[in-house]
Amino acid sequence: MSHQLTPSQTVGPYLHIGLDWLNTRDLATASVQAERITIHGRLLDADGQPVPDGMIEFWQANAYGKYAHPADTRDLPLQEGFTGFGRQPTDQQGEFVFTTIKPGAVPALDGQLQAPHILVNIFARGLLRQLVTRLYFPGDDHASDPVMRVIPQARQKTLIAVVQPDDPSHLQWNIVMGGGANETVFFDL
Amino acid sequence: MSELLPYRKAALGAQPDYLYTPYASTVKRSPSQPLILLPQSLSELTGPVFGHERVQAQDADLTRQHAGEPIGERIIVAGRVLDEDGRPVPHTLVEIWQANAAGRYQHKNDQHDAPLDPNFTGAGRTMTDVQGNYRFLTIRPGAYPWGNHPNAWRPAHIHFSLFGQAFATRLVTQMYFPGDPLLAFDPIYQSLPDEKARQRMIASFRLDLTEPQFALGLQFDIVLRGQYATPMEH
Repeated sequence: MSHQLTPSQTVGPYLHIGLDWLNTRDLATASVQAERITIHGRLLDADGQPVPDGMIEFWQANAYGKYAHPADTRDLPLQEGFTGFGRQPTDQQGEFVFTTIKPGAVPALDGQLQAPHILVNIFARGLLRQLVTRLYFPGDDHASDPVMRVIPQARQKTLIAVVQPDDPSHLQWNIVMGGGANETVFFDL
Repeated sequence: MSELLPYRKAALGAQPDYLYTPYASTVKRSPSQPLILLPQSLSELTGPVFGHERVQAQDADLTRQHAGEPIGERIIVAGRVLDEDGRPVPHTLVEIWQANAAGRYQHKNDQHDAPLDPNFTGAGRTMTDVQGNYRFLTIRPGAYPWGNHPNAWRPAHIHFSLFGQAFATRLVTQMYFPGDPLLAFDPIYQSLPDEKARQRMIASFRLDLTEPQFALGLQFDIVLRGQYATPMEH
C-alpha cells in the first residue's frame, strides 16, 4: 500500500444540487423483457422520524444474475437498457420509490448461491460515511443465503421487503437508521 | 479471475465512525447495533459503469453554466483518482457540488442571508481520463454558518462523489482549502481522529496548475480502496 485512503465526509443537506441529475425512478427501460417490481420505502431515523434529505443508491444484477460490469466474466446475457444502478432522493416524508426488475441469484466467491438481492447505499446529512445494506425479496430461500446466515435471526427480517396486500408487484421496505429494536441491519463492507 | 480480489478494509481511524456527537446530526442517524461483516461477493466487486457520453466537457466548467460569469475567485481544481496501490482509476465518474462565493447554496433549504448568484449553480461532473486525471474550473466557495452549535461555521469546501471500479469503492467526501482557520472548529472535518487522515482532505495550492491572469490552481488527489493482492489475505 503506497497511498492512504481519502476519508469519507457527509453529503450534507444540499446534496441534490450535485446528485439529482442521475436520479433514476425506473432502473430498466421499457424494452427490457422482465417482470417489474416497484419498491416503496421510507428512510427513518432512530426516533422513527422521516429523513427528508437522504439519498438511496441501488446496485443489482439483471434477471439472469449477471452484473453489467467487466469483473463479471460469467457467460450470462446482459440486458440492453438495464445497467443495474439507480439513485433516488427521499422526499419530505422520507419516502423513496423505484421500479426495477427482480435480479437473478448471484454466487458468493466460494460458489455458494446467494438469494436474489439489491445492494443499497444510504447517504444523508448526519452520515459521515454511507450506510450499506441489502434488500432481499419475500418468498426466496433466505436460510441458505451466506450473508443472511451470519445475521441474528431476529434481525434478518429488516432486510426482506414486504408484499403490499393489494398488489404483489409492489413491495414495501423501510430503512431505520438507528434506535435498536427495529433498526435495519447495516454492513461493514 | 484477478478482478475478483476483495477490497481492503480501512485501517482503524482512516474513516470516521458513524456516531460523532460533536456533529449533532449523527446522533439520531447512526446505527446503534454492531455492523455485520459483509463477505465481498461479485455483488460488491462490481459497480455501475458510466460512459463518457453521460457527461459533457462543459459539465466540468462551473463558471459557464449561465448567461454571465459568476462572482468570485476563479479556481482550477484538478488531481488524480488513485487506489491505495497508486494505480490510476480511469474512466470513473466524479461529481461535485458547492456553495457560491458568498457561502450560499442554490438550494431551497438554504436560508442563509447571503446573496444567490444567478450565474452560479454550483454543480459539476466529469470522468477521469485513462491516467485517472480530472479537472474542474469553478469559483472558490465561501464559508457559511450552520446550526450545529453556537457560532458554528463550515469551512469552505467542495463536495466530491466518486464511484471507482466497484460498489465497494464508493466514496463521498469534501475537499477543503489549505490554511483555513475554520477547520480547527469544524466537527465534520474533526470527525476523523487522525490528523494525517484529516489532512488528506485538504487541497494543495499549485503554481504550476495556476493559469496566468486567469485562475489559481489547486491539486486534490483522491485515493479509493485498493484490492488485496491475493484472495488469502482476506
